[in-house]
Amino acid sequence: MTITTTSAAITATGLRKSYGDQVVLDGIDLNIPRGSVFSLLGPNGAGKTTAVKILSTLTTADAGKAAIDGHDLASDPDRVRAAIGVTGQFSAVDLLLNAEENLRLMADLWHLDRRVARWRCAELIEQFDLVEVAKKRVVTYSGGTKRRLDLAMTLVGAPRIIFLDEPTAGLDPRIRRATWQIIRNLVADGVTIFLTTQYLEEADQLADQIAVLDHGKVVAAGTPEQLKRRVPGGSIVLQFAATTALDDASRRLGGLMIRNDEDLSLQIPSDGSAQSVQTVLNQLDTQSIQNLSLRTPDLDDVFLALTGQPRTNTDEKVLA
Amino acid sequence: MSTATYAVSDTATMLRRNLKNQLRYPTSVIAIVGIPVLFLLLFVYVFGGALGTAVTTIASGGDNYVDYILPGLIIMTAATGSLGAAASTSVDLTEGIIARFRTMAIFRPSILIARVISCEIQTLASMALVFGVALLMGFSPTAGFGGWIAAIGLLALVSFALTWLGMAFGLAAKTLDAASNAPFPLIMLPFVGSGIVPTDSMPTGVRQFAEYQPFTPIIETLRGLLMGTPIGNSGILALAWSAAIALIGFIWAMKAFARDRTR
Repeated sequence: MTITTTSAAITATGLRKSYGDQVVLDGIDLNIPRGSVFSLLGPNGAGKTTAVKILSTLTTADAGKAAIDGHDLASDPDRVRAAIGVTGQFSAVDLLLNAEENLRLMADLWHLDRRVARWRCAELIEQFDLVEVAKKRVVTYSGGTKRRLDLAMTLVGAPRIIFLDEPTAGLDPRIRRATWQIIRNLVADGVTIFLTTQYLEEADQLADQIAVLDHGKVVAAGTPEQLKRRVPGGSIVLQFAATTALDDASRRLGGLMIRNDEDLSLQIPSDGSAQSVQTVLNQLDTQSIQNLSLRTPDLDDVFLALTGQPRTNTDEKVLA
Repeated sequence: MSTATYAVSDTATMLRRNLKNQLRYPTSVIAIVGIPVLFLLLFVYVFGGALGTAVTTIASGGDNYVDYILPGLIIMTAATGSLGAAASTSVDLTEGIIARFRTMAIFRPSILIARVISCEIQTLASMALVFGVALLMGFSPTAGFGGWIAAIGLLALVSFALTWLGMAFGLAAKTLDAASNAPFPLIMLPFVGSGIVPTDSMPTGVRQFAEYQPFTPIIETLRGLLMGTPIGNSGILALAWSAAIALIGFIWAMKAFARDRTR
């Protein structure tokens, strides 16, 4: 892959990063067109946050090259910073200031003209439903309100490229949907979004391109449709009464499955149709099945389908 | 493009934020002023009866014990101010707002410069409060206008040095607790110097430490300026120590600030 495309908002080749002897990013290539939404999808510890930190100049890559808005990350970080907005996983707001003051702080640091700053902050307060709390100190805000302010602060300077690191993690479904709408509005204005998420649905809803990250490597990339075609739409979960029954069933079925010895269950990829359920059941001794349930696709299924093996949770907390 | 163009305006922006924070979270000023005032009350009113007479007969600072110990406790205020700098710097880092600043096209040193200025203002204001309490307790300095100007200059320099050191503690520490515990020995240092009792009255080992530690010449200089006691070579030593502490604090803080803290 080359990084000559001038129309690209973000390009990268061979980004690598290790902390000690732990490899966090193991050669990432990116080519994200302007005005599109790119989603890096992966579990905790996959390297998503590290990728955002490298691309937003918070840390440097051990190897590889990247350019944001045509500016080289290593040689011209100030121009990169002038082009981007970043909302990290943890709220970067001043708790002792109120919403208005936080936004004005950003406006001052973006070196906006005083009049423009006043207008822009008022607009964002309105847009992000912060009118009622505008004069209250942030320390009194709920988690969702704080997150809205955090996002509004990122937008003060109207950056054309925005990094959102798990913007909806820990938010309730209503606020999550509201956040999605904000992101859609930004995209409608031609802003490029780099989004990391653990939720397949979020990537599906928003992204033009998705890359699935696992242990620092992109294991699959494509449009949501391309990826979903490879994810057979969910899984059948079978629970057994005894280990012998579990052994017997996994032998009979073969192929891809997640076996859980603790709750004696098998998870088999499936499109959720009655026929697929019947096909599975026909191969088994139905007497030995204690419980059957259907699951809609989630990240586990993506991993099962795309990597051919269930994702390992052993180092999930490493970068949490 | 150079962010240095914005050096002044970014520093002013950061400073406004810091000062607002300080006004809205007066707990730190209360701690900075509270510790030296507590010791002032304790030594003058509780121990003063026994200690005071003994000390004022040895030292040539008149017969008023509060006159003798005030310079030591003002220097202690510089040390508690350093603790305030460590804590506020550490809070900033843990809150994530510094990470946001680092992703913006701003003059980066403005973060540290504004922090130094705001902490210095906080410390000098705290010193003024401690002076005020001492005046109410009968502190009667003999300094003229020149003496006061020199004393204020010395205090500005000492608190500048200790603020850099405190900021370095705050930047280097991994947690807020570690940051606010690190400067604690500094607060106790005036005790093992000429702050409370003259070093002459101490056993040999302790006395040697007391005479050669940085706070003693600083306290002696301040006492000389305020009370007219002889300064001798303490003045030069005080300036040298302050410059050295400022330099160490500055280099350490710069190093810690540049460190990759994404892990």
